[in-house]
Amino acid sequence: MQDVKANDGVSVPAALDVSAVGHCFGRKQVLSDISFSIAPGHFTVLLGLNGAGKTTLFSLISHLYDTRQGAIHIFGHDISQAPGEALRRLGIVFQARTLDLDLSVYQNLSYHASLHGIGHAQALERIRTLLDQVNMSDRLYDKARSLSGGQMRRIEIARALLHRPPLLLLDEATVGLDIQSRAEILATIRDLVVTDGISVLWATHLIDEVENNDDVVVLDKGRVLAQGRVSDVVRSAGSDSIRQAFASLTGLVSVLPEDAGL
Amino acid sequence: MTLQTVQSAIPTDPASGRGFKVRQYSICLKGILYREGLRFLNQRERFISSLVRPLLWLFVFAAGFRQVLGVSIIPPYKTYVLYEVYITPGLCGMILLFSGMQSSLSMVYDREMGNMRTLLVSPFPRWFLLVSKLLAGVAVSIMQVYAFLVIALFWGVKPPWSGYLLILPALFLSGMMLCSLGMLLSSMIKQLENFAGIMNFVIFPMYFASPALYPLWRIQESSPLLHKICLANPFTYAVELIRFALYGQVDWASLMIVIAFTALFLGGAILAYNPSNGLLRRRQITGGNA
Repeated sequence: MQDVKANDGVSVPAALDVSAVGHCFGRKQVLSDISFSIAPGHFTVLLGLNGAGKTTLFSLISHLYDTRQGAIHIFGHDISQAPGEALRRLGIVFQARTLDLDLSVYQNLSYHASLHGIGHAQALERIRTLLDQVNMSDRLYDKARSLSGGQMRRIEIARALLHRPPLLLLDEATVGLDIQSRAEILATIRDLVVTDGISVLWATHLIDEVENNDDVVVLDKGRVLAQGRVSDVVRSAGSDSIRQAFASLTGLVSVLPEDAGL
Repeated sequence: MTLQTVQSAIPTDPASGRGFKVRQYSICLKGILYREGLRFLNQRERFISSLVRPLLWLFVFAAGFRQVLGVSIIPPYKTYVLYEVYITPGLCGMILLFSGMQSSLSMVYDREMGNMRTLLVSPFPRWFLLVSKLLAGVAVSIMQVYAFLVIALFWGVKPPWSGYLLILPALFLSGMMLCSLGMLLSSMIKQLENFAGIMNFVIFPMYFASPALYPLWRIQESSPLLHKICLANPFTYAVELIRFALYGQVDWASLMIVIAFTALFLGGAILAYNPSNGLLRRRQITGGNA
């Protein structure tokens, strides 16, 4: 398990440490030797095309699948050995919509609070605060079915934060949303990193969601091709931009024009 | 922002010490029960259809077959009983059987729609989450059975008053067994469409190859093979347990067998939903690209 060093030299456990992780579906190896770590309070982009293995990796980190090759630690807790301790430090926004459409926003959030052992009064207080934060406080008692895709996503983000996890995973959280909703959601998450010090792993295939001062992990066909600060990845790929570097690393450079909408 | 300030800025949850307290387990259980109740109330047609099915058997089938099928004096009955009276415990079992399967249908749906993930990524132990989900399903089933018994009362099915209370543990145990079976089956089903096959291959055979509609001795007379199948059918013992309990008696053999099957099915379901051992690890949960 990898620790990261604080400014005073004291080692603290990484928010997320993925070490030599692999995964098979039957005989098909879909992830091989995945290793990277996220320091507390960092925004890290997991960048990969559809089919790269991002969702499988998320399923392993969130203990939906068992980690049989390698190890995953969340703030020092092994997801296989101490799943409860690891999961209580983890908030997840899945790619697929996971709100119960027949229940109200409040009922959906309250259900999640109970799944983390949070009592009614405390849950209500947190729900109100978080809905304010994602600008959805006026929809507390509306059915989830009546919300737009972007609004549902914001509710899911509020839900993932309800138990105050220090690590947040978001799997293609902006897929299917319009440009404005995408920008708002990304800005909300980036704000959380700055204001609350939350660590974020943001999985996406959209390069325009990557900023220069982000950390990035490039995943392709179940393997990590590059990782580090965006500027370092760009430099080591001998490219001028992360778009070029990604295209070059994944072999898309020969088939995609510069302005391809990745 | 330095790492130290980041560390101090991370919001800490007062409930984030190691492990969970009993109160937190109780909050989690209540939350799961409440959600299942809400889902049930939101699907009124589910409640109505769950009652219409056994009532049709009681009002139509039993009335038609009253003269065809004679029921001799067999325990727990002390006198000859009307056919309606005989099939009432079987119809209670039928409600539990359909409801148990419907509950697992909702798990397949939840898994397909992604809702199941929210349950499975809870930090509580997975066995506890599944048992809570199971209890919620059983509670809903029992409410349906009592609603049916109230209507049956006006149709002349009048067991002793104590029977309404004594049947409760039998309903609970039988419900646990059938919901566990449903949960185990749901872990094996990849898609919702496949569940229709399970309904045909599990529910109907279990229901018809049991003493729900006709006594075992009659089955033995007409087909020894079918009688053996009935004896191997766990639903047979659920029906007998309910029948005896409704008349204030305990069928110990049925009780033991129902407990054993409950442990077997529940253990299987917990293993199947455990990523370390179960079926989930061999299967990609839908909703993602890779």
